[in-house]
Amino acid sequence: MEFIEPHAHMIFRTTDDYQQLALTGCVAIAEPVFWAGSDRLSADSFEDYFRQLTESEPRRAAQFGIQHYAYLCINPKEGNNRELARAVIERIPKFLSRPNVIGIGEIGLNRNTRNELETFKDHVALALEYSQLILIHTPILEDKLKGTRLIIRALQSFKNLNPKRVMIDNAEEHTIGMIRDSGFRCGLTLYPDTKMSYSRAVDIVEIFGTEGIYVNSACDWGKSVPMAVPRFVTEMRRRKHPEESIRKVVFDNPMAFLSQSTNFRVPSPKALAGLVGKDQAGR
Amino acid sequence: MRNLAGSCLLNVNQVLDEYFLESRHRLLEVAAFLDRLDRAHDGIDPATDCRAAALRDAIDVLLDGGPQRARHIQMIMSDPTDEPQPR
Repeated sequence: MEFIEPHAHMIFRTTDDYQQLALTGCVAIAEPVFWAGSDRLSADSFEDYFRQLTESEPRRAAQFGIQHYAYLCINPKEGNNRELARAVIERIPKFLSRPNVIGIGEIGLNRNTRNELETFKDHVALALEYSQLILIHTPILEDKLKGTRLIIRALQSFKNLNPKRVMIDNAEEHTIGMIRDSGFRCGLTLYPDTKMSYSRAVDIVEIFGTEGIYVNSACDWGKSVPMAVPRFVTEMRRRKHPEESIRKVVFDNPMAFLSQSTNFRVPSPKALAGLVGKDQAGR
Repeated sequence: MRNLAGSCLLNVNQVLDEYFLESRHRLLEVAAFLDRLDRAHDGIDPATDCRAAALRDAIDVLLDGGPQRARHIQMIMSDPTDEPQPR
């Protein structure tokens, strides 16, 4: 089945992973900014990272017929350093006109600090100023509930924000309700140990329905699974879900979200055929 | 949230056939983890650690027969406060 991977850190993965993704049906990937494993020393390092995301990674993906898109930001963990965050945010606008850039992300909170929250708000303001999509990371484990509440409260302070252009990711059983009730799009990250398992993700689809829900691997340099989305497809089939429901979660929903960016292109002729009679943005 | 009755497309036997062995495996992992804590060489009572205490509270949820056990356990293991950390 064709699928879109709406959140993967491919810069930290091998070219073989791109090939495996293509072989399992991946037609497009959206890559947000991530923590590199140690804090960067200057905004120059981020500028190099942004060039990789907008120059090298699209070329690497294209070798296997995969479209590559990028979100830019300073990630939530390093965003706690306000001085560095301001310097990085100042440099983002000159990259926003690059053809594969679709938004600001993954912004959000890591340890729910005041500094992280201020950097998060600066990013949201930037996204609104430049009409960019927003991808949001919510904290892990015991910090997730509080972090998700703080993020939603901060987003709601922006009166001109359209919640349909915001994907709040890493949702779990105790946060998905508040995300959906607030009108935001909702991502489930299929990740070993600290996030969502395949079976629990299918439980959530069964409980909440397929509307506005996405799944992603968020694969990075840590213990993660680039082929998580096809594994989710297998788990949905194991539960006897029809193919159209599966396709909605792994293809139609991410396509509707990403198509709100003018830089996003329909990934394949097959996908184009599926759009006949529909608004591409799903609005 | 909609009525959840019937939201799983498998019947009871099918759920058991598909997931019993996996669940048995995971339950044994938890049991072995608790045994391991008891066997830890320093002899400290694991119940004094908030993580172990939360795990025991979560195990009670498994036994209480109520709905949405996964969500309930997530809430037990969450910071309930609302104010950001100062730093």
